[in-house]
Amino acid sequence: MTKDFEPKIVAFLCKWCSSAGSDLAGVSRMKYPPNVVPITVMCSGSVSPLYIFNAFQKGADGVLVSGCHPGDCHYIKGNFYARRRIALVKELLDFIGLEPERFKMSWVSAAEGTKYTEIIKDFVKDLKPLGPQKKLRRDL
Amino acid sequence: MKKRIGVFICHCGINIAGTVDVKETVKELTKHQDVEHSVDYVYMCSEPGQNLIKEAIKDKKLDSIVISCCSPTLHESTFRKAAKEAGINEFQCEIANIREQCSWVHKDKKKATEKAKKITRSAVERVLKNESLEPISFPVTSRALVIGGGIAGIQSALDIADSGYEVILVERDPSIGGHMIQLSETFPTLDCSQCILTPKMVEVSKHPNIKLMTYSEVQEVSGYVGNFNVKILKKPTYVDPEACTLCDDCTEACPVVVPNEFDFGLTGRKAIYIPFPQAIPATFTLDVKNCPGLLPIACGKCADVCEPEAIDFDMKPEIVEEKVGAIIVATGYDQYDKEKMKEYGYGKYADVLDGLQFERLLSASGPTLGKVLRPSDHKEPKEVVFIQCVGSRDPELHCSYCSKICCMYTAKHAMLYKHHVPDGQSYVFYIDIRSGGKNYEEFVQRATEEDGVVYLRGKVSKIFEENGKITVWGADTLTGKEVEINADMVVLAMAMRPSKGSEELVKKLKIGMDKDGFLTEAHPKLRPVESLTSGIFLAGAAQAPKDIPEVVAQASGAAAKAISILSQDQLFHSPMVAEVKPNLCTGCGMCVDVCAYDAISIEEGKAEVNRVLCEGCGTCSATCLRAAVQVKNITPGQIHEMIEASVGG
Repeated sequence: MTKDFEPKIVAFLCKWCSSAGSDLAGVSRMKYPPNVVPITVMCSGSVSPLYIFNAFQKGADGVLVSGCHPGDCHYIKGNFYARRRIALVKELLDFIGLEPERFKMSWVSAAEGTKYTEIIKDFVKDLKPLGPQKKLRRDL
Repeated sequence: MKKRIGVFICHCGINIAGTVDVKETVKELTKHQDVEHSVDYVYMCSEPGQNLIKEAIKDKKLDSIVISCCSPTLHESTFRKAAKEAGINEFQCEIANIREQCSWVHKDKKKATEKAKKITRSAVERVLKNESLEPISFPVTSRALVIGGGIAGIQSALDIADSGYEVILVERDPSIGGHMIQLSETFPTLDCSQCILTPKMVEVSKHPNIKLMTYSEVQEVSGYVGNFNVKILKKPTYVDPEACTLCDDCTEACPVVVPNEFDFGLTGRKAIYIPFPQAIPATFTLDVKNCPGLLPIACGKCADVCEPEAIDFDMKPEIVEEKVGAIIVATGYDQYDKEKMKEYGYGKYADVLDGLQFERLLSASGPTLGKVLRPSDHKEPKEVVFIQCVGSRDPELHCSYCSKICCMYTAKHAMLYKHHVPDGQSYVFYIDIRSGGKNYEEFVQRATEEDGVVYLRGKVSKIFEENGKITVWGADTLTGKEVEINADMVVLAMAMRPSKGSEELVKKLKIGMDKDGFLTEAHPKLRPVESLTSGIFLAGAAQAPKDIPEVVAQASGAAAKAISILSQDQLFHSPMVAEVKPNLCTGCGMCVDVCAYDAISIEEGKAEVNRVLCEGCGTCSATCLRAAVQVKNITPGQIHEMIEASVGG
């Protein structure tokens, strides 16, 4: 694929940990590529698989879901449900034939600005060689 | 009806405008069909900035607004208040974070501007479908429950009771006092621990607003902030405290001797006992686990000698139900499991003690009446080795955290030992000395300068018994030499752990705990005494290792937080809660199963949300196959539009 390809990433961040962690990355003036547009949700447990498919259908090249660390959920156990659900989504995406690298789940606490920065950097780096996602894109 | 949205984009000086082309973003947003008005300003959060928003709402007849600025954790409430003042519903205001999540993390102005447009557009899509909501109000029960009768629970209970509210103080042991009542002296003042705690214990027992329930355990908690229902198990003591005259005849008659937990096994006690002379409530307890039998035929010697006939073998466990508005959890700590510290000979050699056992040896009310004597042969130890960080700061094998109080209490132990045995010598093996705290560093200096404590920086490699002595092999990393000390006694500064049973309690209360089992605070800096469940507060070492002054401060803080609830006539709850669309709901109950707050139930074949219990996490919504349950103002419909805006169409 072309060198200039810039993947579009949608990141579903839980309000209490991952969104706060990405805020910390900002406060600490860390730098990561601008490819990611965050959508803050209340809990990673509220991320329906439909959101993930919808993002791919709308043309996202990569989707990230990030929540509190397992056992540390603001809502006690929402991220455990997220983890189970996401495992199934991964299998389903694989079944459909979408490159598994296009979908990622991570655990980022409010104190982990560095980790969030690294996750975004790595994700962009991994997505670049794959080129645009066309498998699920609706307008193609 | 078409909405009239206003978009306000903040420069934040150059914090945003330095990386994001604010003017261009304004221009772009104006193109949105639902955006009536779009404008930028240098500091939107300033008074003139807020006035600009309020005037625009009135002049342009806006019904909802988006502010593109810093993180919503900072100024969401500022702008929602401004919206309300201008006459629109506060939930018609959304924040687009273009600072922390955009301008501050990117350098390329063109790309950052594109991203800022997407973030702002996404917020516009959200607010487009926002409903006007009103906070949900509900009444409050003006009583509190405090769980744990150590210094933390005592302090919280007294503070709440002194403010005029009723408190139920639940303690699982027969007496309140916790670990503090077992200590001899306290650092850095060397106050006698019992002398400063017993007045508070007496106050608890006499306070008209405190209902003390000792030998009791919380069994079940339901409800929510302002309205908790608690079931408390009152275990039978088999002694009527009203009738008991504390004559002690029963203990003399009792034939059973078991290790005394108050002295950590250094002494024995009878099956019928009073934990310590100043126990509150002052009464005896029959320990049914060790009693030969409640049937008078099996033993009954205590009842035979009890003149006031205070012993009642027919006493039954009782479940007491109470309603409270706030709960304080002050369940304290235990020492690290000694089974895990066999490498230091703990449990194998009688003269290897833990810190709390040594406290009992030092205590004037202890097993030796304040004389420091070896448990093995009752001789005065002339050389004592203290080992710090036993189980602490050892991520490979034990606990990764620092137990915080051990540096200080070891200095105190070494100092007090010298006061008891003036010709004795003490050694302390340490990794680092952490003496942060008022007058703490001076205290450690005093131990070395006045009491000749020898500090050796290094770990102990082996402990073994030889010719009646305990030989300690270690390293002094400052001189690079091996050290061998033939000691008479070894004292281990054991790591602090959350008290036994706190895990079960955490589940009953639906609060969080960290990887080490300590209770999780709502925010490590800004909400240190609140749990993640509203109305439940944390005090003392149950939250993290801490010393007495910190415990007392946190306990008073938790009490103040509880009072801030009890003093309200009504409480308000975020209206961003789940809502069921009855025409879509099939009553399958999957949402009921995943709800962490028991906020959903099936009523007449349809799911129903208790709006007060619901915290709005949305796990139910992601579980529902038909989108029949949705969280208000962050519905799947809104998210789908936000996704489209984020990808860029």
